[in-house]
Amino acid sequence: MDGGAPAENGVSPIEVRGLTMRYGPLVVTENLDFKVRRGEIFVIMGGSGSGKSTLLKHLIGLKAPAEGSILFEGEDFLEADEKTRKGILRRMGVLYQNGALWSGLTLAENVALPLEEYTELDTTSIGEVVSLKLALVGLRGFEAFYPAEISGGMRKRAALARATALDPEVLFFDEPSSGLDPITASRLDDLILQLRDSFGTTIVVVSHDLDSIFRIADRALFLDIKEKTMTAMGTPEALRESPPTDEVRRFMTRSSEAGPSEEPDAPREEKAQERRDDP
Amino acid sequence: MGLEVRREAETLIVELVGDWELSDAVPRFAPLLENDSEAPAAQAVDFDATGLGSWDSSLLTFLQQGMIHCEAHDLEFRSGNLPEDIARLLELARAVPEQETERASAELPFPAAMGTWGLAAWDGLMEAVTFLGEVADSFLRLVLFRLRMRWRDFWVVVQSNSSGALPIVTLIAFLVGMIISFLGAVVLRRFGAGYFVSYLVGYGMLREMASLMTGIIMAGRTGAAFAAELGSMKITEEIDAYRTLGISPVDHLVVPRVLGILVTMPLLTVYAGFIGILGGMVVAIMVLDLSVTQFTGGLLQAVTLSDALLGVFKGTVFGLIIGLAGCMKGLQTGGDASAVGKATTSAVVLGITLIIAANAVIDWLAVLLNI
Repeated sequence: MDGGAPAENGVSPIEVRGLTMRYGPLVVTENLDFKVRRGEIFVIMGGSGSGKSTLLKHLIGLKAPAEGSILFEGEDFLEADEKTRKGILRRMGVLYQNGALWSGLTLAENVALPLEEYTELDTTSIGEVVSLKLALVGLRGFEAFYPAEISGGMRKRAALARATALDPEVLFFDEPSSGLDPITASRLDDLILQLRDSFGTTIVVVSHDLDSIFRIADRALFLDIKEKTMTAMGTPEALRESPPTDEVRRFMTRSSEAGPSEEPDAPREEKAQERRDDP
Repeated sequence: MGLEVRREAETLIVELVGDWELSDAVPRFAPLLENDSEAPAAQAVDFDATGLGSWDSSLLTFLQQGMIHCEAHDLEFRSGNLPEDIARLLELARAVPEQETERASAELPFPAAMGTWGLAAWDGLMEAVTFLGEVADSFLRLVLFRLRMRWRDFWVVVQSNSSGALPIVTLIAFLVGMIISFLGAVVLRRFGAGYFVSYLVGYGMLREMASLMTGIIMAGRTGAAFAAELGSMKITEEIDAYRTLGISPVDHLVVPRVLGILVTMPLLTVYAGFIGILGGMVVAIMVLDLSVTQFTGGLLQAVTLSDALLGVFKGTVFGLIIGLAGCMKGLQTGGDASAVGKATTSAVVLGITLIIAANAVIDWLAVLLNI
């Protein structure tokens, strides 16, 4: 997985500048600055309550930043007009934590809805695309099932079929392995890797599952609940070998013990460059 | 469970005896020190657990009290003589210092509470206006054929509001018709005007009660269902999934529902009026000894088409209110399961309140316009 991300070319798909997130008066995270590179798998990690999911909600435009801005392909979602905004949304897909399939629609209708909304395809073609998308996630033959009739893992895969219906350039995953057994979770990881390799999709994953992070992540960002900001960014291997803070070390090595008192400043210096891609 | 207290120099020794169980009461720690009158005052607390039998959280709770008490009164708390596993658990409970949570638990002073309430009310109003604007926009696009309608949702609503609602509407309307007729029977018979009971029943049912009762039933039935449906969809992130696909949840979820109830409410009102008159007739025949011909004759003489149309108009307005209130509260649902309950409740309360208010306004206008 080392260096899987291709070099930056032109504008980055997602750029976060000086983002501060709040829930009411409560500051969740301050001063986030990062860029996601095209075609990479970028993992946002951190402990429970560190603001991972909140950050995701900001990235997909469901929450407005308290301060700072988020650029999607160089465009600010919130300042864009209705048409640009729809264009942006069309180019991204989201896989929610529990799938969030529309419960009143069958799997086929779930996958078909984005196609009906954005394309001029006739019913037959839409049906074919839907079958293909469901087959790609291993759900051939489940077209007529309702979300409530299938298992959690299948629901997530069906949701992935829906999220990829319009061949998005950027895909967001909210805790893809939560609630799944290790085998199913690792299959989902396979799918994520394959999507990136075959379609060159840029993928942003929110996760705290270390196995999955080491497996899929090109780069990872660590949100620290106490510092209320990001304290590390880099490849997972680098973060494990030379963690910039003790909290990162504990997270990456799955340890609850206080750190050994080895000069914590030395690696931090080194990491500082990788931590921020200058805007 | 037992406690003995003794003193050794400036140390208070608490002897823990027997079995400690949560099903017995947990003793208080503070009185042990307060009852200890021996001078000089104790400077430390130690334990003797040689007689201790089995124990559970009751002992830990007692010791935790002791620890907090000692900290507060600058006494030394010696846990060295406690069994090792107990000492370790106490250590664990102390390991993480009490978190400074930023939760505002303090009661606000009255003016601040009023201010908060006012701001919340203002926000609520703004949300309602925004929602109404979105719905109006969607309906405009529907009329201009620029909105792809989800007909299936529409037909589901129509079905549950027509055939599904008939039994309850029949029952209530019939009973209300009977009630009006009983009232008329008692009051009108005194003036020897029992014949006019059909006028009362017809006029009352068609103008007021048919639409009002149907509205209230539907607010509790359909309005609540809308709020619960959309509320659960909010919690399972299905609404978010619409938004992040750039599809308006109002177009897809609200329009078919509101349209569905808008179509069925007038029909139900007509039906309820008919059934109510039937109920009134039964009472009139049984109690007032009127014949069917007398009843219908009196009815047709006094009640006009405009009375019936006014009722149907009211039913339509009530349908709109129920649909909008239910969908709005559903979409505004907060983040957890209890929020769905709250949303459902407030959808019904808001629906019924607005229906009755609207009824009063329409009646007033009808009087002014002489309808």
